[in-house]
Amino acid sequence: MIIQFICRAILLGVPLLYGSTGEIITEKSGHLNLGIPGIMYVGAISGVVGSFLYENACGNDINNMNAFLAVIIPLVCSIAGSVIMGLIYSFLTVSLHANQNVTGLALTTLGIGLGNFLGASLINITKSELPSIALTKTSSFFLTKLPFADNLGWFGELFLSHDFLTYLSIVIAIVVSIVLKRSRVGLNLRSVGENPATADAAGINVTRYRYVATCIGSAIAGLGGLQYVMAYANGVWSNNAFGDRGWMAIALVIFALWNPSFAIIGSFLFGALCNANNYIQGLGTETQELFKMLPYVVTIVVLIITSMRKKREHQPPGSLGINYFREER
Amino acid sequence: MTKQPAIELKNITKTFGKVVANKNVNLTAYRGEILSILGENGSGKTTLMNMISGIYFPDEGQIYIDEKEASITSPKDAFKYKIGMIHQHFKLVDVFTAAENIILGIEDGKYNLKASTEEIKKISNQYGFDLNPEKKIYTMSVSEKQTVEIIKVLYRGADILILDEPTAVLTPQETEKLFSILRRMRDDGKCIIIITHKLHEVLSLSDRVAVLRKGEYVGTVNTAETNESQLTEMMVGEKVDLNIKRNDPKNTTDRLVVNSITCVDRMGTTVLDNVSFTAKSGEILGIAGIAGSGQRELLESIAGLQRLEYGDIFYFDPKTGKKESLRDKTPVQIRHMGVRLSFVPEDRLGMGLVGNMDIVDNMMLRSYTKGNIFLKRKQPKDLALKIIKDLEVVTPSASTPVRRLSGGNVQKVLVGREIAASPTVLMVAYPVRGLDINSSYMIYNLLNQQKEQGVAIIFVGEDLDVLLELCDKIMVIGSGRITGIVDARTATKDEIGLLMTKAKEDGKENNNG
Repeated sequence: MIIQFICRAILLGVPLLYGSTGEIITEKSGHLNLGIPGIMYVGAISGVVGSFLYENACGNDINNMNAFLAVIIPLVCSIAGSVIMGLIYSFLTVSLHANQNVTGLALTTLGIGLGNFLGASLINITKSELPSIALTKTSSFFLTKLPFADNLGWFGELFLSHDFLTYLSIVIAIVVSIVLKRSRVGLNLRSVGENPATADAAGINVTRYRYVATCIGSAIAGLGGLQYVMAYANGVWSNNAFGDRGWMAIALVIFALWNPSFAIIGSFLFGALCNANNYIQGLGTETQELFKMLPYVVTIVVLIITSMRKKREHQPPGSLGINYFREER
Repeated sequence: MTKQPAIELKNITKTFGKVVANKNVNLTAYRGEILSILGENGSGKTTLMNMISGIYFPDEGQIYIDEKEASITSPKDAFKYKIGMIHQHFKLVDVFTAAENIILGIEDGKYNLKASTEEIKKISNQYGFDLNPEKKIYTMSVSEKQTVEIIKVLYRGADILILDEPTAVLTPQETEKLFSILRRMRDDGKCIIIITHKLHEVLSLSDRVAVLRKGEYVGTVNTAETNESQLTEMMVGEKVDLNIKRNDPKNTTDRLVVNSITCVDRMGTTVLDNVSFTAKSGEILGIAGIAGSGQRELLESIAGLQRLEYGDIFYFDPKTGKKESLRDKTPVQIRHMGVRLSFVPEDRLGMGLVGNMDIVDNMMLRSYTKGNIFLKRKQPKDLALKIIKDLEVVTPSASTPVRRLSGGNVQKVLVGREIAASPTVLMVAYPVRGLDINSSYMIYNLLNQQKEQGVAIIFVGEDLDVLLELCDKIMVIGSGRITGIVDARTATKDEIGLLMTKAKEDGKENNNG
C-alpha cells in the first residue's frame, strides 16, 4: 500500500517536474512564462496528434508498429508543438517588448483552446462514442518497463517500474541543475536573468539567451504534457483532463527555490499531497477538494519562510518579468 | 619623449532624437597617461565614453585605435580592442561572487573558476588591490564593488581603461587608494581616461584634461599648466565664483530638539545610539561621518519613517511657539500637525521622486491631497515650469519622465520641489552627489537663501571642505553615536576626521554640544 502510494505520487509528480524544470530554465533567463499550462497542454496534444497519425498509418494494428517510431514520433511532435509556443512567447516579449504576464496568460488560453480544438477534432474523426481518444497501443510502448523489475519485489516496484519519461525527467532536472550551477552557459544564463544590462555589457547576447532558454524550457515543459497522456492516462486523451497541473508546476518553481534538484523532491511531494485524499478513509467530497489545496498551501509556507530568511540566493532572479531594452537605462 | 596615441576620436557626432549629445568631438588619449574628461551635467561625457565602449554607435565620425580605424558596434568589440569601461552605476550581478562577475561573458572555451580565481589574485597583487574573489557582491562595500569592476576589465586584458565618475561614492581614503592604483597602471603603460567633475581630483591625478561643454569639445590642456578657475571657465563658458557666501546666523531659536533617540534596525543592530542635538532656525547644521554611520536613519527618524526605541523629537512651531512631539507620527500626521518639514533623501529616484512620472506629476506628490476628487494640475504645472526656469533644469519638456534626466537635473527638480513647500525645517542628504560645479553652487546658494529666511537646515554631506565652508555647526556621527559638535568657522578638517573615527575607539557617551 505504501509502495503503491509512493509510485502513484511519483507518477503524478513527473508532469509537474517537467513543467517546473522548463519554467526554471525560462525564469533564469528573466522570463516569467505564465504560458506554461498552455504550453504543457500543447505539448500533450501535439504528441497525441503525432501518435494518432502513426497508429492510423499502421492500420491500427500493434504488430505493424515499430517501437522506436511509436515513441519518437509523439516525442518529436510534442517538442515541436511546445517550441513553437515558446517561440511565440519570446517573439512577443523580446522582439516586440510585450508585457510578459499578459503574453503568458494569453498563451495559456491559446494553448488550452488549441488543445481542446484538436482533441475534439480527433474525437470527431474516430466517430468515437466516448468523448476521448484512446492511444493505448502507443502508450504501451511508453510504458515498457525494465524486464527484471517485476522480480525484485518492493525495490523493483519503487525504483525500476516506471516509464522511461519518468527517468528522463529526473535526468533532465539533474543535468539542468548542474549546467545552471557549474557551467559557463549556466553562469551567463543566470546573469541574463539577474541583471541583463550587466550581461549585455559583458558581451552576452541577451536576446539569444532569452529566446533559447524560453524555447528549451517550453520543450521540457511540453514533455510533461506528453508524459501525462501516455503514462499517467494510459494514452487516453480527453479534453480538459490535464487540469491545473500547469499552475502547480509554476508553484513548484517557487517551492523548489529555482533549483531543479529541489524540484525533483518537490514534485514527488506535490504528487503525494495531490493524491493523499484518495488514501485517507472517510473523506467527503468537499474535504477532498480542501486536500487538493495542500500543494499551494505548502508553496505559500515556503514563500513565507524564504522571505523571512532573506537569503539572497533563494530569491527569484533579479529581473524576472522585466523586459530588457538596451537604449533605455 | 614620444607619445603613442592609444585612441583617437575624429569628428564624433551622436544625436538622440532631437537632442545632440555629442557634436564634432575630436580627442586623443595616449598610452602611459591619465586623461581627465571634464564637463558639466549633460555635456555628453558619458555618451562619448559609451560610444568608445560599444554601447552606442556614433552617427558620424571615426574612432582610431592604435592609429587604425576601428568600428566598435558592441561591448564585445570593445573588449577585442582592449577597451574596458568602469561604469558609474556598477554593472554587477549581486548574487554572484566577485570571481563569477569577473569571468562573466568571457568565451575562451574553458570554464574553470579555480584557475580564474588564481589569475584574479595575481592581478590584485600586481596593482595592490585588496579583494576576496569568493565574496558575494551583495555583501560588499561600494569601494569593493568598484574594485571588482576594475579587475573585471583588467582580467580581460584591457589597456585602455575608462572610469566614469569613479570617486563619487568613495571616502577620501578610498579615493587616495584608487588614485595610487591608477598611477601604477599608468606607469605600466596603460591609457586611463577618467570622467569627473571634481576639480581638485583632476588637478591631482591627471596628466591632461579635455573639456566638453554642451556636447562640444572645448579643448585639451596640460594639467601642469592650468588651474581651477581656468578649467571652470572652459567648462561653464563663463567665470564662476567658487566661494560660498556664509552670513552669520540671525535670530536663531530652537526649531527641532532631538532628545537622546535610539533606533534599532530590523536585524536588531543599534543604528542610532542616544543621539541628541538641536537644530536652530536660520542655521545650517552639517552632519559629517563615514557613509552608513546612521545619517540616513537620523533623517528618517525626524521625517517619521523610522521607529524610535527610546527618546523623543520636539518641534517648536515658529508661529505659535508651541512644543510638539514628533515621536511615533507618520509623515502624513506630521504634515497635518502643521510641521513644514522638507526632506531631500539621498536616494533620489527611490525615495524622493518617481522615475517613471514626469516633472509635473512629481510636483503633485506633495499636493495631491488638496482639492476635491479631481486633481488640480494647473498649480503643479506652474511650479514645474518655474523650477525648470529658475534652476536651469535641462529637459525636453515638463512632461518628460524624470528617469530620463541626468543626475544633476533630477536633483534640481527634487530640491526645487522641497524648497517650494516653504519649509521650516529642511533636511538634505548628499544634495550635490554626482553634480557638477555649477549645479553644486546653485544648490549651496539655494540652501543659503533658505537659511536667510529662517529655515532650520540639516545638511548631510561627504565633502569636508564644503561642510566647513557652508555650515554654521558641524555634528560628527560615528557608528550611530554623536562623537562631537564643532563650530564650522573654527574647526579643521583633521579635527573632524579624528571625530569621524572616534566612535570605534571609545564607546562612551559624548557631549551634546
